[in-house]
Amino acid sequence: MAAADTREVILEARELTREFDGVKALDRFSFKLHRGEVLGLLGANGAGKTTAMNCLLGLTLPTSGELEAFGKPLHAHRIEILRRANFSSAYTALPGNLLVWQNLLVFARIYGVPNPKQKIAELLDLLEIPHLDKRVTGQLSAGESTRVNLVKAFLNDPELLMLDEPTASLDPDIADKVRKVVRKVQRERSIGILYTSHNMRDIEEVCDRVIFLHKGKIVCEGTPAQIMARSSSNSLEDVFIKIARDGEIVDEPEKEKAS
Amino acid sequence: MSFRIISALVLRYLFLYTRTPMRLVELVFWPLVDLVVWGNVTVFIQKNSDAQFGGFILFFLGAMILWDILFRAQQGVAISFLEDVWTRNLLNVFVAPVRTAEYLSATFAVGFLRILVTVVVMSLVSWIGYSFNIFQLQWWLLPFFLNLMVFGWALGMISTALILRWGQAAESLAWAVPFFIQPVVCVFYRVEDMPAWAQPIAWCFPATPIFEGMREVMVTGVMSWNHLWLAGGLNVIYLALAGWLFAWVLNLTRKRGLLTKFATQ
Repeated sequence: MAAADTREVILEARELTREFDGVKALDRFSFKLHRGEVLGLLGANGAGKTTAMNCLLGLTLPTSGELEAFGKPLHAHRIEILRRANFSSAYTALPGNLLVWQNLLVFARIYGVPNPKQKIAELLDLLEIPHLDKRVTGQLSAGESTRVNLVKAFLNDPELLMLDEPTASLDPDIADKVRKVVRKVQRERSIGILYTSHNMRDIEEVCDRVIFLHKGKIVCEGTPAQIMARSSSNSLEDVFIKIARDGEIVDEPEKEKAS
Repeated sequence: MSFRIISALVLRYLFLYTRTPMRLVELVFWPLVDLVVWGNVTVFIQKNSDAQFGGFILFFLGAMILWDILFRAQQGVAISFLEDVWTRNLLNVFVAPVRTAEYLSATFAVGFLRILVTVVVMSLVSWIGYSFNIFQLQWWLLPFFLNLMVFGWALGMISTALILRWGQAAESLAWAVPFFIQPVVCVFYRVEDMPAWAQPIAWCFPATPIFEGMREVMVTGVMSWNHLWLAGGLNVIYLALAGWLFAWVLNLTRKRGLLTKFATQ
């Protein structure tokens, strides 16, 4: 039995359920994210990851259940919590007709970043994109755009970061750089990260712990190594496929007995 | 409410307008087209009617400039919201620590800036081109301006709430909503010129006593305080109801999970 994590819980969902027209997109979903931990949220399309992320960001209200961040109920303390958190998604964009530095300056001011120009320059350097600051945001490549979004996500030195498929549509080289930067910043600043991805390489490299969702329910939870061992798989990709097809992972010996 | 956050949001729109000068053209072009058409019609009628009627016809130019105050304020709110939708930036804003009141206040400020640009240009052109001086409304211009701007904000919130509720398919409402009420707020004619059954409806909108007041001031130089109190009182009610409607619809979209669909479609 694994030892209990003694680090501070910065995000917690208890029995979170979200129904759409009678269909449960999330079904009594519970988890804890600790300070300095990277938690991967995995599942096939429609498994409930996006719904979970949206509930956690306060964009969608749960049908039932409780959500807390930094020990406070999310909906009652939304603004206070969002000041200490940030978000980046492959599916959102910064206004395309503004220059990169203009977009970042606006968000730096929203988050009340002291000395915003210096902070932006530091983060652009960290993400290896200082040359992009005067470029038009809408003319960036997918890889450049992702890294600019990450600069925005790191602007306020968040204690809690939600990354929704940050390496989607990136080539392997850029995806690798993004993973390394996320891991570096996360370790240096002890950020708690909730990370969704369909790229299992991402998950294996970045996540300390993983939750697999299927039809809104948690079907499997643990470190990537524990999960692979449990399902006698060599990779998380195999586990992903098993869960997507069977809805659960069955230990190989048990499967043989059953057949 | 944080002034820092409001000013940051306003800064974003200022960057947008300075980066894309075509948006500034839009602020000036259509009002000028309207002004030239109505100005020329006014000159034509003045030349072909007696002096008294020729004086009345100047109402059109005054009404048009005042109508633009209302319209630009409404557009400031509705179009600013749509800018976030069009640029897929809405989620970034809604997951940032921005209160609804701060977001709306920023759009109000943008509305105010849009009005300034449009009204200054229109006033100059109507003065130089058609000898119509908006300042003949004297200090009454200030309460007219404020009341029409506040009503425009309320209409902007209502338009935005409807777009939020019905999705991008309803975005034409951003332009249509002011024109739904234009026939009943007596912009270009008096309340008593409307059918009797429609007159009580006209008095339910804060813009009606303002346009009535404008005509009164242009003829007599003074305005009934009752008109001003009515406009102010109705504006308080409209602003409160529109704010409530916006907050209610925003909460409804969160409950139904529509906000993210809307923001990423």
